[in-house]
Formats: sequence, structure tokens, C-alpha cells
Amino acid sequence: MTTVSAIELGRPAVRRQSLWRYWRGGLQGSEFTWAVAFVIPYIAVFLAFVVYPAFYGLWMGSNPALYSEVFSDPIYLNTVVNTMIFLAFGVNVKLFLALMLSGFFMRPGWWTKALLMIFVLPWAIPALPTFISIHWMLNGEWGLVNNALYILFGIDGPSWLNSRWLALGSAVFSHVWKWTPFWTVILLAGRMSIPQEIYDAAKVDGATGLRRFLYVTFPLLANLYLVLTLLATIFLLGDFNSVYFVTGGGPANSTHLLATLGVVRDMLELGKPQLGVAAVMSALPLLIPLVIILMRKLKTSEAQL
Amino acid sequence: MSTIAVDARPAAAAARPAERMRRAARRWRYATNAGAALLSAVILVWTLTPIYNIIMVSLESEGDVAVTTIWPSQPSAESFWVVLTEGHWYLEAFWHQFGNSVFLAAMVTLLVLLIGSLTSFSISRMRIRNGWMITNAALLTYVIPGSFLAIPFYLIMNRYGMQNNPWSVIAVLVTFTTPYAIFIFQEYGRSIPLELDESARIDGASPIQIYFRIYLPLMAPALVAVGTYALLAAWNEYLYQFLLLSNDRSMTVAVALGKFLNSDVAPWNYMMATAIIYALPPLATYYIFRRRMSSGLTMGGVKG
Repeated sequence: MTTVSAIELGRPAVRRQSLWRYWRGGLQGSEFTWAVAFVIPYIAVFLAFVVYPAFYGLWMGSNPALYSEVFSDPIYLNTVVNTMIFLAFGVNVKLFLALMLSGFFMRPGWWTKALLMIFVLPWAIPALPTFISIHWMLNGEWGLVNNALYILFGIDGPSWLNSRWLALGSAVFSHVWKWTPFWTVILLAGRMSIPQEIYDAAKVDGATGLRRFLYVTFPLLANLYLVLTLLATIFLLGDFNSVYFVTGGGPANSTHLLATLGVVRDMLELGKPQLGVAAVMSALPLLIPLVIILMRKLKTSEAQL
Repeated sequence: MSTIAVDARPAAAAARPAERMRRAARRWRYATNAGAALLSAVILVWTLTPIYNIIMVSLESEGDVAVTTIWPSQPSAESFWVVLTEGHWYLEAFWHQFGNSVFLAAMVTLLVLLIGSLTSFSISRMRIRNGWMITNAALLTYVIPGSFLAIPFYLIMNRYGMQNNPWSVIAVLVTFTTPYAIFIFQEYGRSIPLELDESARIDGASPIQIYFRIYLPLMAPALVAVGTYALLAAWNEYLYQFLLLSNDRSMTVAVALGKFLNSDVAPWNYMMATAIIYALPPLATYYIFRRRMSSGLTMGGVKG
């Protein structure tokens, strides 16, 4: 402690003072107390409602015997397949649509702006009413979809929610319907932040139309698009509403996602919350790497997102 | 004479390609406009069909829900009146539930703004030591899906006898919304010069005075954006409200709607009318604060 290196001796006293202040966080006495008092509420919330439940969950799911029970459950295996399908189609279809539509909404004119206001409706309306509406719309006998199919084309539509694949497709459709506007708005903001000069320069070099998109717009949006894909994947892994309201997990528990399986079937119907925790925790090998990559990406590209 | 002929020929030759190009450009413009019109029509149908369906069913009179037409056979606003006057045993406590939803959303908004602004003030303005750890904790909470903690959270709340207590839901919603607030506040706070705080400190202002007199007024736009977001998130959330608020006195409109769906004999027209009334306050809030929200949105995105 008392040894002072030659380098430090050469520095003026003020510098050492600020260095010391840096180690103390730049705050002294009552100011430090205030700063700590200001962060205590959030730290308390974080410890009580994130750390405690997380460890409680880990403790609940720590019994290895649970996992053999989970993995031998055919409904769980179906759920894993559903989740894969949901991830593959839900995330990519909605982000691709959002990427294309954000280009469309760049068009000038009042009509585009008015259309955008309508287009964001699915996102602005709470999920519950619209998902209930879609559920009713897909009713085989009285639903709007089959009525319209019959009146317009004379076809008897299938009963959408009674077959596994149609029901799963309907749930994916509802998810895409609900969330495309949100990602479109974000990508639209991303496109708007690209300076016009770049497009002018590209025009001089002869890049128009598709080539302008492939060589100018998309490379500039690629990082944002990647971050959004990761975010959408994680949010979709925890999706509850679109499956719960549109298909209710049915028919015969064949269209569950992890969250609905864990909460609705395992905990509320079977009364085995440990099983539910284990089912949800089986997503951790996928979730943890995603979270790590995303946290790094978010930190470096904060300004862009 | 000869000079004129030399001049006139290239001019005439040049006029024709120019005219042709103009025509091609016009045709191209028509084509893209037609394409845009077609795409607009597709977008409108795609977006509005489920919404049209809610309105259509809500306008049916009782018993007429199972129709095979694509427009209401005898439109009447009766079901809205039934909901507003609580005229069906499913809807006995509608206004009470509505009040519960309002209380929940208001408390969540208030707490998110308070905790979020205090935390980001301490981290980015007062530069508390190791503030980055708190930022990381918030980032982590933002990134993990809320439903993953639903089961342990439900069991913990049951253990402490907090079922049917609105504060259990308020706690969880504050937990999952505050991280977003912390980001937006930190991002937005960068545009406010630190020198303001420093000069106030030299003039003898205490941190709490700086927070109230300088930080909060300058952060007003971010507070509005985050407040709107928190209000909508709390009003629209379903899973935790469904798990934790199950009796008639404590449940919110969202839970009541979900309960409607799960009963076999539900009057669908009343349910859709309830759904519309439930959707109107957030919709109005969204369109009123849309411009202010969009700035926040581009900075952090919104969790689903």
C-alpha cells in the first residue's frame, strides 16, 4: 500500500485525486448514499422477482428423474416438434414480410401513411380480443373463413382447429398476423436511418431496383435484421397467447408450445408443476446461447437498434 | 441550307428515343402504382379480417351467433348495452373488473417510471460504481421471456398467500417492464449534457433536487414514451393475470375474457362486445401517443 511507483510520482496530485475518485465511483459521502438509495428499489425488484423465482425454478427442476419422465412423454415430444415448426416459420416469415413491407411503406404519399396507421392495428390492439376472434373465425361450422369460402368459391372448408397441422398452421398464422406490424415498424425506422446520400451515390453507380436492395439496403440492415431475428426467436420461445387462445393446445394436446404445455397442461391440468418447470427448462440449451449472443449484440449495436 | 439539314436530323432522331423513354417510364410508373394498389388491398384484407370478425359477431343479436353469412344478419348494438349495464350473469362484475384493470395498469406505469428513472439517474448521471452490472441485469431480464418464470413465480406467490392480490401481478409486470424503461432512459439521457448536473451541484443542489428539478423535466419525452408502453403492457398482459387473479373480485377484464372463452355456453356476441370495449382504451392511448412512442421504439424495441 505504501509503495509508490515511479510513474505515479511523476503525476500531479490532482490526477491521483481523480483516480481515487474513480475507484470510489466518483461519488463521496452523502452523494454516494443517495446514489445507492436510488438503485436499491430496482435491485430489490430484480432479486425478489427474477433471481428468486429463477433459482426456485432451477431447484424445482433439479431432479434428474423428472427429465426421463418428460422425455418419455409423447405430448412433450410433439411440443418440441411444434416449437421447431413455430420457430422456423413464425420467426422467418414474419421478419421476411416485415423486411419487404418496410420497403413498401417507404413510398411517399398520404396513402402509404394512412395504410401504415391501419397496418399497425394488430399490434396496437391487445392480443386477447383478436386471438379470440381468430379462434371463432376458424370455427368449422359458423366461422367467417369457411362461410366466406362457401359463399365466394362454393368450397366446404375444413374444420381448421380439429386437425393438428391445420391448427398449428392457424396458430403460426395468428402469431405472424399479430407481430408482423411491430417488426415492420422497427425495420422501417432502420431503413429511414440510412442516409439518402448513399442511395444517390449508388444511383450514380447504376444500382437501382433489386440491385439497390441487395447491395445497398440489405447489407446496411443486416446487423439489425440479425438482432431482430434473435430477439424474435427468444420472444417466440416464450409465446403463450397465440397458441393458448387460438388452438387451446388442442386437438388432443397436439399443438402445445413449451409455455402452454408447462403452465396449462402440466401445472393446471395435471397438477405437476415440477414437470412443467422441467419442460420449460429443456429450452435452456437453446435459450442460453441465444441470450449470450443477443446481449453482446445489443451492447455493440445499441445505437442502431 | 446544308447546316440546317445536319442539325435537324440528329434532333429528330433524338426526339424519338426520348419520347419512347418517357412512354416507357410512364408505363413503368403505372405498373408500380397498380402493384402498390394491389398490395395495399391485400394488406387491408389481411389486417382487417379478424377485426371485422369481432365487430360482426358483436353486432349479432342474441342466439344468432351461429350464422352462415359473412355480414351480420340483423345488426344491433344490443350486446354493447348488455355489457355496459352488466346485464348478463357472466358480466355481473364488469365495471369492477374494468376498475381492477385500470388500477393495475396505473400502478405498474407509476412504479416503472419511478424505479426506472431513479435507477438510470443513479447509473448514468451519478455514475455509481459498478452501474454496468445493474444495466446487465436489466438487459438479461429484458431478454428472457416472462412466461419462463411463470410456474415458479405462481408457486412462490401461492406460498406467501398472494393469490388474488393485485400487487403480485403488479410486482411481476414492474419486473418485466422496468428494464425497457432503464434502456430508454439511459439512451435518451445521453442527449442531456452532464454539465447541467455539475453546475447544479456546484450551486449546492442535492442529488434529490437534481433528480426532481433537472433530470425529470428534461426527460419528459422519454417518460411519456415509456409510460405509454408500460400502460399498454400492463393492460394487455394475460398470462400472469390469469394465473394469479382468479376470483371474481380480483380478476381483470382480460382474465374475464379468457374465462368466457373456456366456457362452452358463452354468449359470443357479448364476449366480442366486451373484447371491443376492452381493446378501446389501449387503442386510443396508442394512437394519441404514437408519435412519442415511436422514438422510444426505435431505440429499444418492445417485448411481446
